[in-house]
Amino acid sequence: MRDVSVVGIGQTQVKEHWDKSLRQLATSAVLNAMKDAHVDHADALYVGNMLSGELTGQENLGALIADEVGLRGIEALKVEAACGGGGGALHIGYLAVASGQFDVVIVTGAEKLTESSNCNTTASLAMAADADYETVHGISFVALNALLMRRYMYEYDLVPEDFAAFSLNAHANAANNPYAMFRAPITLEQYKHARSVADPISVLDSSPVGDGAAALVLMPTASLNGNRARAVKIAASTVATDSLALHARRDPLWLSAVELSSQKAYAQAGVTPKDIDVFEAHDAFSIMSVMSLEAAGFAERGRGAYLGREGEITPQGKVPISTMGGLKARGHPVGATGVYQAAEAVTQLRGEAGKNQVPNARVAMTQSLGGVAANAATHIFVN
Amino acid sequence: MDLARNWRLKDQRYRLEGIVCKNCGAKFFPPRQVCTECHSQDLTPHEFDGHGILYSFSTLHQAPLGYEGSLPYTVGIVKLDEGPMVEAQLTDTNPDELKIGQRMEMVTRKLREHGEEGLIVYGYKFRPIANEN
Ligand SMILES: [Zn+2]
Repeated sequence: MRDVSVVGIGQTQVKEHWDKSLRQLATSAVLNAMKDAHVDHADALYVGNMLSGELTGQENLGALIADEVGLRGIEALKVEAACGGGGGALHIGYLAVASGQFDVVIVTGAEKLTESSNCNTTASLAMAADADYETVHGISFVALNALLMRRYMYEYDLVPEDFAAFSLNAHANAANNPYAMFRAPITLEQYKHARSVADPISVLDSSPVGDGAAALVLMPTASLNGNRARAVKIAASTVATDSLALHARRDPLWLSAVELSSQKAYAQAGVTPKDIDVFEAHDAFSIMSVMSLEAAGFAERGRGAYLGREGEITPQGKVPISTMGGLKARGHPVGATGVYQAAEAVTQLRGEAGKNQVPNARVAMTQSLGGVAANAATHIFVN
Repeated sequence: MDLARNWRLKDQRYRLEGIVCKNCGAKFFPPRQVCTECHSQDLTPHEFDGHGILYSFSTLHQAPLGYEGSLPYTVGIVKLDEGPMVEAQLTDTNPDELKIGQRMEMVTRKLREHGEEGLIVYGYKFRPIANEN
């Protein structure tokens, strides 16, 4: 297998893009990434997306986006893993270059969630769960996470306020990210009085629905001849799975796909959690940040929330997460999110994260989860 | 959801029919074709008695399409006495009085209606047991 580097990134702002279609968003992100990489060609393109068919009536995104960006004829496919499709697409793109099959690969993630009514989008997002045994009971995706959060608080004797730091950190960081959906910090008072979506989860524990696209250009590290100073190497790319339904898990409070995917990634990159300078976790809900920190090995079981309370998750802390706003405040255009995370990791390792720069960041990890971590794609980037 | 799909799930929805592994004795709900414990494919139907304890619960204030009319409603995970966990709506209860660990039992209720003239889907929900003998 060959070493693979990210040589270009492109992002559109996450927001309600009433004036732009899915294909326009994806095309803008891809063209920006190609410009950043100084390439005008690619051998293949992989698109992370979850709900284009359901919400915009459009499938076959591989052919559509390849043509729109001027690459008609190349290999192009959509990769789906619910809200983790972006990480999945990056994994496929990585394998395509690492295997020696292709020399220039574009990975994009694109999602348009605001084309439809709120209730319809809520119902569509629930397709990430088990249709016959979870969704049919009216259990929304938020409710699945709420079931975990209540149980977690019960087992570890916590209150909702113990999770506040995750939301506050995300919003504070998003304020400095031009691609983020929310650009204003929030206060503890706002967190405490936020409207409930599915108790104990409030709107300020939940990532917002938004439209957006991000893209990356991948090339073999050896082909760069050392003259691409802003290239960042992908040191690990792994995917692992768990049962789709919560009820089928021996211990629903332990995200075993996160553990498996992280451990495989640490082994592939030859690092330990202590070496990770930036961790872009899949903070779709505060409880997901907490449980991911534990399963990925950054905190003891039951101690994930304390990393937040003790200030260790900020860009100045020991385990900086959501450094550009995370899913919570950059926004969560589901199938695109994993590609945004990778673009943000590259931004940190290039030292271009501005006010959110993690000092001396050298190793960054991203994690893209599909469903309630039924699918986990982990990537480690090294500068 | 169509007629055939709901018909196919009737044994699970009305009788909590799952499966027991003939090789290692592990019980599963819903039924599956391969035992997760020993990987045997020799499994036989098993009807659960529908009693268990409340593992967790949540009251929804925002619903998926088709469930808005029921808001606010409460969902939960019940750990059956025979082992497996089941996710369902909770009924006949005041959510403020629910407690993790309390005894629950299965009842049959209407799960959803598909529009004005659509199919009405029935299935299991769970409710607290007041006095269990
Ligand atoms: Zn068995």
